[in-house]
Amino acid sequence: MARKELIQIRRDPRSLFIALIMPVMQMAMLGYGVSLDAKHIPLYVYDQEGSQESQALLKRFQASEYFDLVKTVDNYRELTAAVDSDRSKLAVVIPFDFSERLRDANQTNVQVIVDGTDDNTANLATDYARAVIGQFSVDFRTEWLRRQGLPVGGGGTVSIEPRTWFNEDLESRNFIIPGIVALVMALVGALLTSLTISREWERGTMEQLISTPITSQEVMFGKLIPYFAIGLVDAAMCVAIGVWWFDVPFRGTLTSLFATTSLFLIVILGIGFMISVAIKSQLGASQIALLVTLLPTMMLSGFAFPIDQMPPVIRAITYVVYSRYYVTILKAIFLKGVGVRALLAPVMAMAIYAVVIGWMATHAFKKTLD
Amino acid sequence: MFGRIYHLLAKEFIQLRRDKWARLILFLPPIVQMLIFGYAATFEVYHVQTVVLDQDHSQESRELAARFTANGRFELGKPVSDERQIRDAIDRGKATIAIQIHPQFAELLRKGQSAPVQVVLDGTNSNTALIALDYIGQISAVFAQDYQRDYINRVAPRYEQLLPSVGMQERPWYNPDLNSQWFFVPGVVGTLVLVTVMNLTAFAIVVERELGTLEQIMVTPIRPVEFILGKTVPFFLIGLVEVAMVAGFGTLWFEIPFRGNPLVLLLGTSLFLISTLAIGLLISTLCSTQQQAFASGFLFLNPAITLSGFAFPIASMPTVMQWLTYVDPLRYYLVVLRGTFLKGTGMQVLWPQMLAMGLLGAVLLSASVLRFRKSLD
Repeated sequence: MARKELIQIRRDPRSLFIALIMPVMQMAMLGYGVSLDAKHIPLYVYDQEGSQESQALLKRFQASEYFDLVKTVDNYRELTAAVDSDRSKLAVVIPFDFSERLRDANQTNVQVIVDGTDDNTANLATDYARAVIGQFSVDFRTEWLRRQGLPVGGGGTVSIEPRTWFNEDLESRNFIIPGIVALVMALVGALLTSLTISREWERGTMEQLISTPITSQEVMFGKLIPYFAIGLVDAAMCVAIGVWWFDVPFRGTLTSLFATTSLFLIVILGIGFMISVAIKSQLGASQIALLVTLLPTMMLSGFAFPIDQMPPVIRAITYVVYSRYYVTILKAIFLKGVGVRALLAPVMAMAIYAVVIGWMATHAFKKTLD
Repeated sequence: MFGRIYHLLAKEFIQLRRDKWARLILFLPPIVQMLIFGYAATFEVYHVQTVVLDQDHSQESRELAARFTANGRFELGKPVSDERQIRDAIDRGKATIAIQIHPQFAELLRKGQSAPVQVVLDGTNSNTALIALDYIGQISAVFAQDYQRDYINRVAPRYEQLLPSVGMQERPWYNPDLNSQWFFVPGVVGTLVLVTVMNLTAFAIVVERELGTLEQIMVTPIRPVEFILGKTVPFFLIGLVEVAMVAGFGTLWFEIPFRGNPLVLLLGTSLFLISTLAIGLLISTLCSTQQQAFASGFLFLNPAITLSGFAFPIASMPTVMQWLTYVDPLRYYLVVLRGTFLKGTGMQVLWPQMLAMGLLGAVLLSASVLRFRKSLD
């Protein structure tokens, strides 16, 4: 039975090709395309005052690696148009009484207009602007204290010494790539299996299979084993590309990776199999498979969006999302290299899922044979 | 000719109505996806699990630690008493951040020197770590400034009021609360309509090919162009309905503003749908089975969505990737969607996007029609 499926896969080399090219493409796209960092933020400046102080502040913005000064304008209209049409993400407006207020009232403000459409970029850009202005403020005050003859270091400063663990350079690539293994597994596993079995129903060859003395378990294993193998090959490819091409650290052991990947594949293939048993149209099966495998793996597993930032109801749902445990394990194996002891809970959850889904899958198919 | 197209249209709608899965696909996944994206897609940073190791036990160190809890960004766990516990908390994922205040913290501050605070971060999620580190920097900068003010107040009270400072007034436009939902929901409209319409078009033609009914239709007097129109016009209409439905649901449920002109959105959607249908058609000419169609569709969708700026800013991609985004119709449609929803911009700002989508649509459509006619021979 597995041989028949293998022959069918071989006869349709394009599907096999796609199954094998998928991890390469996912890696390339997400490895290169995914970065949440904000650098070279296009900056517009409207200096209403043009004093020595305002120019000194603007120089600091120019010196920052986070901002690229695109244009200095002299009216609001041009500034508004620039933000409207995405030519500028952040605009600094220095009021006409900037240095005057700094001298007489001791407190002055700079207006920072930021395009809030993309909230993450907007947040980062605002933070960088705040840091530039804050540092300017501190330096200005120090200079002032010195001129007044007051002790400059009077309060001391606090210096932050960050030590980052696991992903030392805070590369978004290292954060995204381990999760891609789960994404590729979810795709290959559920989609291709659900399509192949629905295809047998749609073409009527399933009845032929049923009429042979083959048992339902044999049909299931025969169908799933080739895809299980493809899944493992894909996982190996993902790891190879991630480690050798993108320089993502791999600190765990290959054994723990393949053991947990096997558990995940059992779950994914079982779900794909059940969908294809229940839904006999290929279009329907593929769309439902997308909804129950790829979507939760992408959105609710912590792959890119942190689970602890989700509202409580959604967070509760993520405990049912099997990929959540796998993504946790993957990130730990790649970046942390912690042993099985620290991963006991997610591994147990995956094992339970594998047993339950495996049992349900064999059961589901028997029923429809009657 | 129009009579024949009309009958093809009628056939297509009847088929769609009979296929309960096709009907379900039109309505269920969009709503589910909209809800999941609306609630789960966020890169915001709140309630970061934090542990503090205060080795100084001074008034100053306690004051600094207290400031971390003030703005809701950090959630302090039980205080730890040695570095081993920090290691343990971060290894087990119990804390993302550990703040270690060294024994001489207050002493150094009082001497007017720089007092180091060590911050240990779990960098696994680089975005969260980076933003949290920024907040820590801000909190300690404000702490130091206030400490300095207190000091001046003690030694030279009359200068305290005179201390100069430069503040910042933030004005986030279009999305004043910097709400992730406002960013993602208009984007989901674009990705959903792309996925649904492209898949439906590709599958509808491949099914006919797989079942052999394509040959049957081709022996009738229907011409290929009429067949293509009969196959695509229904999905064009469905696409429009889907956009209206998803956009309506998104705006009402998540209270996303719609500030632009609906006609501008309609024009943008129509231009985008032309490209989408053309890609669906192109895929159908390349594939003979539904499985192939599905996989090929995915091979297109994956880069199309990743490179569109849907979740990850195009400006942060490497230059070569940025060039690729120019041939991605979704890139332009997302600008139109976010422009009409959030910014309220009109044609005078969005015309380059419209032009680009029109050009892409024309090229893709002629390519796919040519290929389709060839694939029939």
